[in-house]
Amino acid sequence: MSTSTRTHAPAVETRDLRRVFKASRGSGEVVALAGIDLRIERGEIFGLLGPNGAGKTTAIKILNTLLFPSAGEARVAGFDVVRDAREVRRRIGLVSGGENSGYGLLTVRECLWMFSQFYGVPGSVAWPRIDRLTDVVEMREQAHTRVNRLSTGQRQRMNFARGFVSDPEILFLDEPTLGMDVNAARQLREYVLQWVRERDGRTVLLTTHYMAEADQLCDRIAIIDRGRVLACDTPATLRRSVQGGQHVELEVRPREAAATTLSRIGDVALAWGAPHPERGTLALKFRLPEDAVLGDVLRTLDERGLIVQGVSTRETSLEDAFIRIVGRGLDDAGEGR
Amino acid sequence: MSALADSLALNWRAARARAYVRVVGTLREPQGLVSDALFPNLGMCAFVLFYRAIGAPKSFEALAVIGGVLTTYWVNVLWGMGAQFYWEKQQGQLQLYFAAPCSRMAILTGMAIGGLAATIVRSVVGIAIGVFVFHVHVEAFSPWLLAVVFFTTMAALYALGMTLASLFLLYGREAWHTCNALIEPVYLLSGLYFPIRTLGVLGSFTAGVMPLTLGVDALRQVLLGPAARGLLPLRVEIAAMCAFTVLFLVLARVSLGHLENLAKREGRLTQRWQ
Repeated sequence: MSTSTRTHAPAVETRDLRRVFKASRGSGEVVALAGIDLRIERGEIFGLLGPNGAGKTTAIKILNTLLFPSAGEARVAGFDVVRDAREVRRRIGLVSGGENSGYGLLTVRECLWMFSQFYGVPGSVAWPRIDRLTDVVEMREQAHTRVNRLSTGQRQRMNFARGFVSDPEILFLDEPTLGMDVNAARQLREYVLQWVRERDGRTVLLTTHYMAEADQLCDRIAIIDRGRVLACDTPATLRRSVQGGQHVELEVRPREAAATTLSRIGDVALAWGAPHPERGTLALKFRLPEDAVLGDVLRTLDERGLIVQGVSTRETSLEDAFIRIVGRGLDDAGEGR
Repeated sequence: MSALADSLALNWRAARARAYVRVVGTLREPQGLVSDALFPNLGMCAFVLFYRAIGAPKSFEALAVIGGVLTTYWVNVLWGMGAQFYWEKQQGQLQLYFAAPCSRMAILTGMAIGGLAATIVRSVVGIAIGVFVFHVHVEAFSPWLLAVVFFTTMAALYALGMTLASLFLLYGREAWHTCNALIEPVYLLSGLYFPIRTLGVLGSFTAGVMPLTLGVDALRQVLLGPAARGLLPLRVEIAAMCAFTVLFLVLARVSLGHLENLAKREGRLTQRWQ
């Protein structure tokens, strides 16, 4: 049983997964994971979203057999990450954004080949796959270039390709497009989608700081903070969990300074933004409830001495849902690890 | 049986790939040959010239050349093996090794074989200097015996390097200083440039704990015969080096296992900032 492929098992399953670190200074402990329950099915692209220190990387390290859990259970492809670490490793791939893998004197092709060998991929399979992947990351021209002559972005793309050379059953992408230009990131996202859809049962667990990336790629998203899963659902359901209505942003010019103290119009709470650096206007943001009329709000603002010079509206985004669920944005520092 | 074959194939491929990096790295930096192959042999030249100046027996010059040749391997064991996992950690590569299904011993074996192959170029430069510049005369009494002694010496040395790789990783930044600290004392204690017997009791003691000392002495006995002033009978030295090889391989495996468990338990060692 230990070496067989457990195709019916979920790709990832954790039960009350906990991880505590010793604090680096003084005594005490840092709780990175405070009991996480996850179940990721085969064929899913699953996102793990959380602010800095939420526990995302700790979870990924445990699932990649790089860390022991302090308590609880984690299984990958049906294998326990502690007891069957080698079986887990045969089935997974890991790409961490910003990592600096590879040896500078090797060419891109050689470097990818080297990593494929650590997974035992025969050369007859590895080389055609490497050529395909260098096309995917648009590095065909750099395939014979030494790694130490690549730009940072090219190295990032090579690193991304590295994750696919062993054609893993389950791929962990930890901030994979970090620092990539917009076009490269979009291409790689499209490839991830294609890779999962074309290969039966392939699964991706993605952590990202880019909400749009999670929204575009993920079938389901777990929002975690301080080591706990706060919500887990499809992006659409998470968005719907935020009250309906439109998000409105106005560019206003006050006729008198006192007008900027306005904080509410009926049920509509107003949030003031920073002044425009050139025009001297102010941004005014609010969520318009479904039963409210924008014209009424604009008329009231005019009566209170605010000249509206621009109006933009947008639907509820994943970021709105995230902020409501977590209570702060992705980049806000928090406790934990 | 199939699982065993799969495991062997996986680890063979991993070792071969890691060795490839070493060999290709050497070939792609020919300018490094000057600093890596020529300069380290200058110490050997100094000893040969010194023996010549004081009118020492010709065999002393050969002793210094053989010691000089082995110096290149010792430096490679220290910097290319002992400190390597520390550099890999700094590069962020160590965690990729730890997440791969191949054995860490296969990676270390690849590093050792690649390092050995790459160092042959450097040692050949030392031999060439000895033979063509100083006209040092050595006579291989038995080419087969020479091969056996050379490979048992290398096996013991690189097995030691595999053990040091995991131990140095535990020291973190101290690995650099530890490598530096081990170079000159080892040159002295292993008698690289003089007959080990000169060290008396201390020589016998270091021979008992350092494979390099035994390797140098055994190679000299094969190449110079009685003029080598050998420390222990050749067979004893070969047997001791075989025992060292097994001991260090076991130690390397155990210390790597310990290191990996520590890394997983404490959440450090695989990351460059920890």
